[in-house]
Order: sequence, then C-alpha cells, then structure tokens
Amino acid sequence: MTLEQYSLATAAIKKIALVGNPNCGKTALFNLLTGARQKVANYAGVTVERKVGTAHLPQGQSISVVDLPGTYSLSPATPDEQVTLDVIEGKRAGEDAPDVLVAVVDATNLRMNLRLVLELKRLGKPMLVAVNMADVARQQGLKLDLPRLALELGCPVVETVAIKQGGHTALLAQLETTLAALQELPPTPVAQIDAASPAELQREVRRILALVAPLAPAKGRFQYRLDALVMHPVWGLLILAAVLFLIFQAVFSWANLPMDAIKNVMSAVGDWTLAHMDEGPLRSLLVDGVIAGVGGVLVFLPQILILFFFILLLEDSGYLPRAAFLLDNLMGKVGLSGRAFIPLLSSFACAIPGIMATRTIANWKDRLATIMVAPLMTCSARLPVYALLIGAFVPERDIGWFSLRGLTLFGLYVAGVVSAMGVAWVFKRVWMKSSYQPLMLELPPYRVPSLRNLGLGLWERARIFLRRVGGIIFALMVILWFLSTFPGPPAGWEPSQGPAIQYSLAGILGHALQWVFAPIGFNWQISIALVPGMAAREVAVGALGTVYALSAADKSVADALSPVIAQGWSLATAYSLLAWFVFAPQCLSTLAVVRRETNSWRYPVLMATYLFALAYAASFVTYRVTLWLGA
Amino acid sequence: MLLSQLPNGAHAFVSGVFAGSADVGAATLQRLGELGFIEGEPVQLLRRGPGGREPLAVQVGETLFALRLLEANCINVRLTEI
Repeated sequence: MTLEQYSLATAAIKKIALVGNPNCGKTALFNLLTGARQKVANYAGVTVERKVGTAHLPQGQSISVVDLPGTYSLSPATPDEQVTLDVIEGKRAGEDAPDVLVAVVDATNLRMNLRLVLELKRLGKPMLVAVNMADVARQQGLKLDLPRLALELGCPVVETVAIKQGGHTALLAQLETTLAALQELPPTPVAQIDAASPAELQREVRRILALVAPLAPAKGRFQYRLDALVMHPVWGLLILAAVLFLIFQAVFSWANLPMDAIKNVMSAVGDWTLAHMDEGPLRSLLVDGVIAGVGGVLVFLPQILILFFFILLLEDSGYLPRAAFLLDNLMGKVGLSGRAFIPLLSSFACAIPGIMATRTIANWKDRLATIMVAPLMTCSARLPVYALLIGAFVPERDIGWFSLRGLTLFGLYVAGVVSAMGVAWVFKRVWMKSSYQPLMLELPPYRVPSLRNLGLGLWERARIFLRRVGGIIFALMVILWFLSTFPGPPAGWEPSQGPAIQYSLAGILGHALQWVFAPIGFNWQISIALVPGMAAREVAVGALGTVYALSAADKSVADALSPVIAQGWSLATAYSLLAWFVFAPQCLSTLAVVRRETNSWRYPVLMATYLFALAYAASFVTYRVTLWLGA
Repeated sequence: MLLSQLPNGAHAFVSGVFAGSADVGAATLQRLGELGFIEGEPVQLLRRGPGGREPLAVQVGETLFALRLLEANCINVRLTEI
C-alpha cells in the first residue's frame, strides 16, 4: 500500500447508517456486519437507541456502522424515531452525519418499505438499498427484479439474508465500491426537502412494484389459519393462559436437577473450605460471606434461564404482538395504550429495558403512566426471592395437573399485573385525566425462532447474571459480612446470650429498622437483608444467607438457607415478605433510569414513594390477615 | 363507509382518511397515512378482538395492523365490487 493510500484509509473512518421500517431486520444485519450481539426479536420497536459498531470491508478498510431505531417515515412520531432522524441529519450533538445510508427493506413487504426508501432518496445523500429476508421472499415464491429496482431507484441494490452466516457478502462488496466512489466527491449536505405526502409516495411505489414484481407471490406473508386460532376471542385467550401457565410450571419443575447440582457443589466447596482452613475471620468471610451469600443467589441461575428461554421464544416467534391484540381491551380500560404491552412484557425480564422501550409510545402522558407501572411487573431479579420463599413454605403438592408451587408463583406474577393495572387506572383517571390513546400496532408474520438467536440470548442472560453475581452481589456480600462481623461481641460473651452478629453494625442497624418493619412481621434478619437488596433485588437472598450463616450456632447452614427459614419464620412473615416483593420499591438502577428517561427527579421520587407505601400496606394486610386466620 | 363498519373478513379499498372524532389529532391521521392507509390501497378486516368490538386486525397492502375503534373510524373505505 502506498503512503497515499494508507493515509486515505486511516484519514477518517467512514460511517454508514442502517435505516428502515421497524422489524425489517436492521439489527440482525448490524450484528452480522459488526459481530455485535444486540437483541433482535420479531416485533416493532426492539431498538430504541442508536447503536454503533465496526465492520471490516473485504479489502481491510474499517467502517463505523450505526444501527438506528426503525421508523415508518421521516416525520417522527415517537422519541425513538426522533433519534433516527437526528442521526441521519447529523443533528445529534457530537456526531457527524453518516457518509452513506443503507436503506434496509423487507423483501416480502416492498409495498410498505419502499415508501421510506423513496423518502430517504429525496435527502440526496449517497445511499444503497439492502433487500433483506431475500430467502423468505423466495420461499413465498416472490420474484423480484433487483437490477430493475436499482434502475428505478437510481441507487445500488443488494440482496441480504441477515440471519445467515455470510448473508451480507454482497452488501460488503457494494459498500466498498460506494465508499471508494465517495472519496472523489465532496460530502453532500442533507437536502432541505418538503415532506412528501404518503399518497404521492405510494403512487410511485405502485409504479415501481409493477415493474419489479409483476407477478403476485405464490404464498402471502401471513399465516391466516394460525392467526384464526391464536387471535380467536376464546381459543386465543385460552392459548395465552396455557402458555403463561406452562412457563411458571416449567420454572419450578425443570429447574430441580441443575439447582440441586449447584447446591451440592456449593456445599461441597463450603465443607472443603471448613475442613482445610483454620478457624478465623478469613474462613468465616469465605464460608459465611462468599459461599453462603453468593452461592445462595447462584442457585437460581437455572430458573432464570428457563424463564428467559420462554421469553426469547415468544419474542422471536411474533406471538407477543398477538397477545397485545388479545389484551388490548383490558389495557384500554385502565387507560394504557396498547403499545404499552410490549414495554411491560420486557419488564418481566428487568424493568430497565422495559422503561427504555416505552420510547415507542408517542404520547408523553401515556408513556409516563407506562413507566410508572413498569416496576410492578415481576422482574427476574425477584424470582430468587420468590423461589426461596415458595420452596421453603409452600408444600410440594399437585392440584390437578398443576403443582401448588407453580400456581403460587403464577399468583404472585398475577398480583403484580393486577396492581399495575390498578395503579395505571388511578394515574390516568385521577391525575392525568387523559382520554383516548391510539394503538396502531404492527402484527408481523410468524417466524420459526432461530436456534442461534435463542442460544445467544440465553448465553447473554447467563453472562449478565454471572457478572452481577461476581460483581455487585459479591462486593455487597463482602461488605455485609464485614458489617455483620464487626464490632465483635464484648469480652465475656457466651453463645447462650444470643448470636455474636447482634453486636455488629449490621445487627444494630437491623434492630433499629425493626421498629419500622415489626408491624409487618419482619424480623431483624430480614430488615438487614432489605438494605443491600436496594442495589439488586437478588441480593436480599444472598444477604439472608450470610446473616443466617453468621447467626447460627451450627456453622453448617451455609448451603441450606431454605430449611432454616422454614423453621425460623412464621407463615405470616413469609407471606408478608412475598407481598413486599410484589411491590419491592428498592431498586436503585430502575430509579436512575426513570430519572434519565423523564429528565426529572420528580418521577423517580414519586415512584419510590408510591411503591414503598403499597409494599408496606400490602405486607401489613397480608401479615395481619394470615395471623388472624391462625397461621 | 367506514373501515370500522366492515364485517369480519371483508375486502375493500381505502378511499380516504379524515378526522373521525375530536379526539383524533393531525398527528394520528398523518401516522395512519404513513402506515399505508392511503387512497387506493387494498384493505381486509380480518377479525376483531375479544368482545367483538375492538381492537381490529386490519391488513393494508402487505402489512397487518391492530387498530382501536377510534382510528378505524377515521378511515373511509369502499367495498370491492364482486
């Protein structure tokens, strides 16, 4: 390479942006180009923020690739679409406009996708078109004359299959050509254009389609017979209920084996440490702090993966928007937009992506109401708490086809949903007084879930969980162990006077907090565990493990928290704690995201307050009623 | 006739979009156009949600959308002649 060529290659990294309608496969293409692992799913609005990665062209040049939220047009209606327009026009602070636009279109729906392409064309920027899902189009018997399309559009057109290894070869080659041609031209400013009316654009689309795809495809895009069943007013709802039931059953019944294996490993590691180390603070830190605390959380990995297996499967298949269709009446009655369904469903994984996903809701008040109720959807961090308590207090018994434990878990999730509906109703009717909200939700064709996508998604989840366990949870456990160990008991202390932890900082704090929590049946151990639980809800379980390991006279409880609390707590206390975690106001990261998304402290403060009040009230009622019933 | 008045399964063509109610603003109408509810486009009302009123599953062109009744009341259609 000559010096001149070298300086050209390194002078400025060229930037391309992927633009297109929602759900046409931009993110899958982005992942293929850059090797990234952004989440993809079969519904509109998965990407709500722009993502940047690097791709390498066949001759070694590196380019920067931007993945943008999907948009139906260049007149943005929602915050995520605004992001797309700002990036294309170079209006986003600290970011140059892309050099080349790659208009990604769904080959099976050119009728809609080409409108946006024509709009982009009018911007006058260098552009090329990637006809994605070309394989699906062929399967449907759709014949596209791509050279003709390139001629009509006046820009290069390539075929891509974003879900197949190497499905982007043609795109890379074309990018190389386009970028090389670009070197000779000065960068083009975005042309100031008047918005084209959709009717005008559609006339042009019809003209192009008549030339490019003159024959109707053998098969349509939709599986009408499947939809007739899945979206049926009665059968559809039954299927939805059955699917949800199956998920909660599976979380309990499939996880036993791997969970026992993890427990056994943990207890073996604990015993080994006990046997091979001298009695002392370091041994206690390892056994009571690390193994009891971290191990106590790690045990729940299989259950979390099972839950995500189903969530990913549902996301990829295209079922979720159908479920939103079935439940829209209910959502409308409490004043939520039907579009709130998918953000709320994401919140079952974690409220943070759920709250980010509310960017697909156009109306601000509507979006705010959705953000406010998102933490009531039972996030996966609460699963360990539920699973621990259910495992300890709900007997293993079958009711008909269902296990009592699965039913209880299902009930807790339902309790979260019902209270979210109630809170949304109050927010909208009393506080916001807002009326009608539009739905306009796209129902994509079904797709067979991709195994690769499923595997990657699960791996990603496992990594996130293990990183949390190894990072924040581990750190908190160590801090908690120090707080629970020092200061030690005074001289002349006998074990008969009560456990040594009572004299420690955590013990003192727990006893102080008990003034607040005794009316709802929490003992001082629970009160301590709730404090680190603010950083991550699962930590509450680990914290209980550490606190109980340290307060037990017998040092071997490290691996078995469940029987200890089953003996030590009353049923009323256990139910009360379950009720507390349905609302569980303590998650600092959620509050931080709410602050960022609403740009105000007002809403996170309001959220924390109302959640705390509801949690306390629910626990109080649960505790008192259970006591009154004589349990 | 209005899109919302079509029986389940009926085919028609869009003849126009208008503000069918005071609650529907210009932004909603604009969006309906961008989604493909454009004069001359073929539509089919596939089915209605539980309860038989809303939402409506409507295929316009090659795309399937769920609409609430108020949006569907803003779309004029003419039936396909048989």
